[in-house]
Amino acid sequence: MMNTWLYARNLIVGLWIVFKRTFTKPVTVQYPEEQPYLPPRWRGRIVLTRDPDGEERCVACYLCSAACPVDCISLQAADNPEAHDRRYPAFFRINFSRCIYCGMCEEACPTNAIQLIPDFEQSEYARRNLVYEKEDLLISGTGKYHDYNFYRMAGVRTRDKDKGQGEHELPPVDVKSLMP
Amino acid sequence: MATIIVDNKSYTVDEQQNVLAACLGHGLNVPYFCWHPAMGSVGACRQCAVKQFKDDRDQSGRLVMSCMTPATNGTRISIDDPEAKAFRAAVIEWLMVNHPHDCPVCDEGGECHLQDMTVMTGHVYRRYRYQKRTHRNQALGPFIRHEMNRCIQCYRCVRYYRDYAGGRDLNVFGSHDAVYFGREQDGTLENEFSGNLVEVCPTGVFTDKTFFHHYTRKWDLQAAQSICPHCSLGCNTTAGERSGTLRRITNRFNSQVNGYFLCDRGRFGYEYVNSPHRIKRAVVRPGRHPSQLRTTEGVPHPLEFAADSVRQARGIVGIGSPRASLEANVALRSLVGPQHFYQGIDEQERRLLSTILKVLQTGPVPSASIHDAEQSDAVFVLGADLLNEAPRLALALLQSIRQQPMEQVDALKIPRWDEAAVRNAVQNRRGPLFLAGYQRTWFHEYATDTYFAAPDDLARLGFAVAGSISQEAPSVPDLSPEVRDLTQRIAEALTHAQRPLIIAGTESGSHATIEAAANVAWALHQQGKQPRLSFVLPECNSAGLALLGGGSLNDAFDAIRRGKADTVIVLENDLYRRADQAHVDAFFETAHTVIAIDSVENRTTAHADVLLPAATGPESDGTFVNQEGRAQRFYQVFVPDGDVKESWRWLSELGRATSQEGGSESGVETWRNFDDAVSATAIAAPELARIGEVAPSASFRLVGQKAPRQSERCSGRTSLISHLTMHEPPPPVDHDSPLGFTMEGYRGPLPSPLISQFWAPGWNSIQAVNTYQDEVGGPLRDEMPGVRFIEPVATKTSGWFTTIPLAFQAPAHQWLLLPLSAVFGSDELSNRSPAIAERIGKPFLSLHPSDGARLTLEDHSTIDLVLQDMTYRLVVHLDPSIPVGTAGLSLVPEVSGVSVPAWVDLLKAIQTEHKRRAA
Repeated sequence: MMNTWLYARNLIVGLWIVFKRTFTKPVTVQYPEEQPYLPPRWRGRIVLTRDPDGEERCVACYLCSAACPVDCISLQAADNPEAHDRRYPAFFRINFSRCIYCGMCEEACPTNAIQLIPDFEQSEYARRNLVYEKEDLLISGTGKYHDYNFYRMAGVRTRDKDKGQGEHELPPVDVKSLMP
Repeated sequence: MATIIVDNKSYTVDEQQNVLAACLGHGLNVPYFCWHPAMGSVGACRQCAVKQFKDDRDQSGRLVMSCMTPATNGTRISIDDPEAKAFRAAVIEWLMVNHPHDCPVCDEGGECHLQDMTVMTGHVYRRYRYQKRTHRNQALGPFIRHEMNRCIQCYRCVRYYRDYAGGRDLNVFGSHDAVYFGREQDGTLENEFSGNLVEVCPTGVFTDKTFFHHYTRKWDLQAAQSICPHCSLGCNTTAGERSGTLRRITNRFNSQVNGYFLCDRGRFGYEYVNSPHRIKRAVVRPGRHPSQLRTTEGVPHPLEFAADSVRQARGIVGIGSPRASLEANVALRSLVGPQHFYQGIDEQERRLLSTILKVLQTGPVPSASIHDAEQSDAVFVLGADLLNEAPRLALALLQSIRQQPMEQVDALKIPRWDEAAVRNAVQNRRGPLFLAGYQRTWFHEYATDTYFAAPDDLARLGFAVAGSISQEAPSVPDLSPEVRDLTQRIAEALTHAQRPLIIAGTESGSHATIEAAANVAWALHQQGKQPRLSFVLPECNSAGLALLGGGSLNDAFDAIRRGKADTVIVLENDLYRRADQAHVDAFFETAHTVIAIDSVENRTTAHADVLLPAATGPESDGTFVNQEGRAQRFYQVFVPDGDVKESWRWLSELGRATSQEGGSESGVETWRNFDDAVSATAIAAPELARIGEVAPSASFRLVGQKAPRQSERCSGRTSLISHLTMHEPPPPVDHDSPLGFTMEGYRGPLPSPLISQFWAPGWNSIQAVNTYQDEVGGPLRDEMPGVRFIEPVATKTSGWFTTIPLAFQAPAHQWLLLPLSAVFGSDELSNRSPAIAERIGKPFLSLHPSDGARLTLEDHSTIDLVLQDMTYRLVVHLDPSIPVGTAGLSLVPEVSGVSVPAWVDLLKAIQTEHKRRAA
């Protein structure tokens, strides 16, 4: 007896909600005519960014590939002969057919090079087209983080920064001086 | 044994140790920097602080440095004490004040002791807001990169380089917080063991430059045990590969062999594997003209072609090699038959090796491992230039000279690990080390006495020493007074020692020095000592080849010349390095078909009708027998591309192809995997019977699993080859070893040959080796340090060698040309590595200044030497250590294939610019 009343009440409440919804604005978006709003930190397509000076940010440290739970990132470090001591990836490959857009690579990246951006339109008819090489990944801007330049912080010498010219660095020590 | 109490738990430890080593041995994590198991404690870095308590009622305790605290019975310490923890965290924080923000671009990152220790102490955030000091770097040559900003002033580098390895050109400069570790000015680090700085440095100040050029992180390397093929010592290495390229060699601890260190030839000589001159395809070259070289499409398959030639041959000559694995040599011997198998070495070398074998097998004195050499308290080296021929042994002797002074250290009750106190007590005292040879190196500065003479005179010195140690040993009459004095001094030092070591070399080709060394060791044995003998052999598997037996290269030449055979199979051997060009040319001319199996192009492979690409050491499974007689296994690190296969596999396939019509299979034809090769090798010679015990067989499993070659965090699995194919092919299957080419498999304790790389949670650097040992510095758990094939059976000296040569006397106008090995340049394979090639010196001729005057040659002048129908351009070195009447010829690639020692009339053979103009 008690149950019957309960069922009837739930039925009426449910129908009332449906009835109410009939007069509200629908949330469905007419994609692709209408583009949905994606917040800036939405985890979509992966890009490689450049530092504010326009150089590649990636220093081929392998942390993204180590962090990747599906092992879909591979790269090879090389030394750029034009920029003394500056590492860059000779190749950088992401197999998006394996990628799960978890963002671990971005979290691991110590130079803010690899970033997930609010773009999910990556559908392809052939799986091989989902393999992105460095040319496909590298963009010409700084992405989400505008100011960070790893080499300004790192102690190594590069083409445009001598020892001691980085941030929070003293000029190189004169070993031959005994002054305190 | 003592009991110490750590955080209220008691542990049984060796009381000879310090608390730090004792804790590490029990798997307790105490961070440290300046301490090193091979270099003792100096208590400089203050990182290993723990709290020590007087007794169980002591609540306050005091901070002590665990590396400087002896593990005496009842020592009560706490690692987890809050004050000790805070102290250690503060030390790291101070060190990190100036450490750069470099890890992403630092080659040490991911295997950095400083990273490990920082994580271990819990320091995460830099509170210091002020500026970091910076340093300029130095160019330190082709092996080492320098990045001084990263330095944490632990002083390990200079302690290793100067105190342990005897180097002179690395030092510490400057003062206060700006000390600088480097050279006085830019330049190549001269010491032959400089590569160990990469492992000794706890952070990235010194990194491997060859690795830098094809860098990958430690966790991405596919690694396995390898045995260094660049000299006869057989040091254990870990070879790491990624994407089909051998990336680097690191030291692999073996308590009996190389311990914690390698030489630079072994560490940086690996790049021959990646050489552009590698043979990757099996080819047939009809007509033996390079222009007609075609791919396999136009001509029959190389293996079938080779099988046809073998079937139709009137006779086969199989030429083995001292740089090929034991299994490959056995395969060749089985294919061609023992009577047609020739060791690919010249007659003189073959005879020397058989004498050495006889000495070690019939005499009562066992051979010495490198570990034994380190422990010996008096050393006599006869005619071996260790620094250039067997560098790691020279490093061991630098430690052996500390053995005798250690007795005084013990008398002063200073623990041996207390390095600073030991050095202070020892001062400049050194144990006896006698070096007799014919070329001076910096190593001679550490000798008690040196003697430079021709090989015959060296042998006479040896015989004389034996004669004065034992009455029964033959003595040498008519010695000069100086040599007699020296003989007395050597004999006295050796008889006062407990564990004397006698080392003899084969380079000079002198039988007499070998025999003299044997006499000395046997005489010492008769006096109740425990002497050891060590012979430096020419190549990595010389001993294994000698155990296998077979004729020399000259016999092989004879067989072809007399028409007994017309087909030649050359196994991993460049005959042009072993005999003069005219002979080898004639040999190849006469032979109808030449089948060569080799890994890197050389002058011999250029003559091959059929060329089969052999796998190099890190691409194959095999066994080497080192100079001590120790058989050690090396494992395939990666599957090579192209047609490359192990030599023994090629030979077994050749055997099957040859006998296809025959029916039943026998010998090498039945080999399907490496275990078959091992069981066939075990019955190839009586001494090889225990080869199966060298390492676990392919069927070995732990919990039903193989051991992985890749680390748990090996990356890029689904994208490394996705640009080639989207279908992720299964990883290769290894039927030859209990190792797998994946990251899957058993992750617990493994027998030492199956460990891929040393790693433990929290210990990413190579110092993780501590976690593999029960006692720090001792053997690994489940260590399989190799099997010694040669053990003495006799307990008494039976027959002395009595053929004492006459004193050296050069005939008029004749000079004895002696070979001078070079650590960089004399080894065939390592020469192909760009970094080593950069260190190879110019070919030179060493002469005594008086001979130089006689020949009117000036120091550093350039000459042309006509030798065995070849002309060599050489630089003259006038060196007072070269005996009068002899001349030293540097064995660098430009002068390979010269038969030395040889008598030469230098007056005629030398063409100077002046002479040419006069003509």
